[in-house]
Amino acid sequence: MEKFQKFTGVAAPLPMMNVDTDMIIPKQFLKTIKRTGLGVNLFDEMRYDREGNEIPDFVLNQPAYREAEILVAGDNFGCGSSREHAPWAIKDFGIRCIIAPSFADIFHNNCFKNGILPIALPQAQVDVLMREADKGANARMTVDLENQTITTADGETFPFEIDAFKKHCLLEGLDDIGLTMEKARAIEAFESRAAAERPWM
Amino acid sequence: MPPKTLYDKIWDAHLVHEAEDGTSLLYIDRHLVHEVTSPQAFEGLRMAGRPVRHPEKTIAVPDHNVPTDPTRIQGIKDEQSRIQVEALRKNAADFGIEMYDVDDVRQGIVHIIGPEQGWTQPGMTIVCGDSHTATHGAFGALAHGIGTSEVEHVLATQTLIQSKSKNMLVKVDGELPPGVTAKDITLTIIGRTGTAGGTGHVIEYAGSAIEALSMEGRMTVCNMAIEGGARAGLIAPDDKTFEYLKGRPHAPKGAAWEAAVAYWKSMRSDEGAHYDKVIEIDAAEITPVVTWGTSPEDVLPITAEVPAPESFEGGKADAARRALEYMGLEPGQKLSDVEIDTVFIGSCTNGRIEDLREVARVMEGRRVKDGLRAMIVPGSGLVRAQAEEEGIAQKLQEAGFEWRMAGCSMCLGMNPDQLSPGERCASTSNRNFEGRQGYKGRTHLMSPAMAAAAAVTGRLTDVREMMGDGVPG
Repeated sequence: MEKFQKFTGVAAPLPMMNVDTDMIIPKQFLKTIKRTGLGVNLFDEMRYDREGNEIPDFVLNQPAYREAEILVAGDNFGCGSSREHAPWAIKDFGIRCIIAPSFADIFHNNCFKNGILPIALPQAQVDVLMREADKGANARMTVDLENQTITTADGETFPFEIDAFKKHCLLEGLDDIGLTMEKARAIEAFESRAAAERPWM
Repeated sequence: MPPKTLYDKIWDAHLVHEAEDGTSLLYIDRHLVHEVTSPQAFEGLRMAGRPVRHPEKTIAVPDHNVPTDPTRIQGIKDEQSRIQVEALRKNAADFGIEMYDVDDVRQGIVHIIGPEQGWTQPGMTIVCGDSHTATHGAFGALAHGIGTSEVEHVLATQTLIQSKSKNMLVKVDGELPPGVTAKDITLTIIGRTGTAGGTGHVIEYAGSAIEALSMEGRMTVCNMAIEGGARAGLIAPDDKTFEYLKGRPHAPKGAAWEAAVAYWKSMRSDEGAHYDKVIEIDAAEITPVVTWGTSPEDVLPITAEVPAPESFEGGKADAARRALEYMGLEPGQKLSDVEIDTVFIGSCTNGRIEDLREVARVMEGRRVKDGLRAMIVPGSGLVRAQAEEEGIAQKLQEAGFEWRMAGCSMCLGMNPDQLSPGERCASTSNRNFEGRQGYKGRTHLMSPAMAAAAAVTGRLTDVREMMGDGVPG
C-alpha cells in the first residue's frame, strides 16, 4: 500500500447524515471482480440521472470540487453494508481523507485497508470545516497525519485523534497480512491450545 | 477474577496476541464467503502466492446476485453475475473450500445456511464479508461483517486484527402483545437508539422477552444489530440453542457433543458483569411497527402518522425532509393509509421457516390483493423444501404469492428482483436506504406478519386488525 503523506487538497462538502454504502456505490457496481475503476460510479445515483448525464448540483460535479481529495460529511458516515467497494470507489475518485462526526464501524476499518484516512471530529468542528469546504476550490485544507492535524487555508488548525497502530500502518503503507504472518508462531500456539480445549470446533 | 460479559469471554478465548496499545489478533473459528465480496480477496492471495490457512474452516455459497427464478439452473443470464458465481466456484475448487452451489438444495443466504448446517455454534468467532453476519450472534457466537481486505486476511491467517469494542446491554423484559414479533423488537430498539446508537459496541440482547423467542426470532433480532451501528449482536445460548443444533450436519456428535454443551453452558455473562451502556425496554409496550423514511431508525407504530421534519433536531430535520420527499409521503398522513405496489418476504432477516409460517397464518382464508406483486423468497433451498413439505408453499401460491428459489433477492436488488422507480414495497428485509431495492424504489420495513397483512389490503396495515386465528403470537 502507498504511504499516506501530508497533503493539501480541495475539500468537498456533503452535509448529510447517515450517508450509506448504497449511496456511495450502488449495488449494480458490486458485480466487478476487480478493485479498481469504481471512481466514476462513486455516489452514482446522486451524481448522474437515469440517462447517465451529470446532475450539475451534486457537489462532485461542480467545477470547484471535481478534483476534491477530502470529503466533509455528516454523522454516521458509511453506514450499511460491509462492501469494500465503497472505499475503493472513494479512493479511485481521488479522495484520501473523510472528515465526519462519526463513522460506521466496518466502513471505518475498510478505509484504513485502502490508504484512506477517516477523521472523526466533534460536530461543532465539522460544522466549521463544512463552512470552509463550502468556499470552493480556494478553501484548500492540509491533512497532516504525522502531527494529527487538519489546517484550513486561513491557518486554523484542528487536532484529531487516531488509533496509534492504524496511524503507523497508514504512514508506512504496511500490509496487514504480512504483519500478521510475522506472528505465525503465536497463531500456531493458539491453534494447538484451542484444539486441546475445544476439539469440536 | 472480575465478572465478565459473554463478549468478554469469547474475546478472551480467541485472543492470539495483544499489543500494548490494545491492538489484538483474534482467532477466527468460522468464515463464510459469497460471490460478491470475495473475488478480490482470492485474487490477492494468488498474487502474493499465499494459500488458505484452513480451507476446512471456510464455506462458500453464492447468494447475493443469483436469480431466484427457477430457470436459473440453466445458467445465469446476467453476464457479470455469472462471472462472479463462476469465480466463486473456481476459487472454492482451487483453494479446497466446500461450496454449496446454485443447484444444491443446501444453497441459500449465507446467514441462513450457517445455522442450518450447524456450522454456527456458541462461543465461536464467525466472520463473513457481509454486514449481516451479526445474525449468527443469536447462538452466542461473536459474529460480524468484514471488508474484502479482511476476508483475504482471514483466508491467509485465520485471524483478524481487531480492537475490543465496548459492552452494551439491551434488555427486553415482559411479554410481547399479540401481533408483535421479533422484527418489531429489533426495529423498536433501533428506533430508540438510532443507527449510530451501538457504534463502538457489541450488543448483548437479554431479558425474558428475548429468552422467550425461538432461535429464528433471535436471529432476526441479532441480524439487525448492524443497523443499530453495533459491531455484533449476541444472545446467550440456552437449551433452545442446543436443541436447535443437535443432529445438524456440522454439529458435534457423541462425546464431542457432551463436551461442547458443557462448554456452551459457560458462555453467558457473569452476574455483575459491567456494561458500558444499558437500554431497557418493556416488551408490553412494543407494537407492530413500520419504517417511514430511508434510515432503519425511522421507525413508528403502524397506528402513527408520518412525522413532520420540524419535529426533529439538527441534521435529522434535513434528513427527514429528504426522506419524505424520496418516499413520497406527507407529514400528518396516516401510515395505515399508505398504499403499496409490492410485497417482499425473505432476506437473512426474515427468510426462515418460522417467518413463512407466520405469513401463512395471516394469509389463512385470505388472498393477495389483485394487482399487487407479492413475492416469497425462502432463505435457503432447505427452508423452501420444508415449506413445501408442510403445505405452506402451496397455500401461499394459491393465495397469490410468487414462490421463488433461495437468495438475497430484493433485499438488495443485485439480481433481477428489483423495484421500479416510485414503486413502494412492504418488505421484511433490513434496509430502507435510497435505491436499496431498486433505483428510486420505496421501502417500508416490517415483520412478515405485517407484510402479509399489507399484501391482503394493498396498504400498510395493522396486522392486529386481522386478529383471530391468524394472529401470530
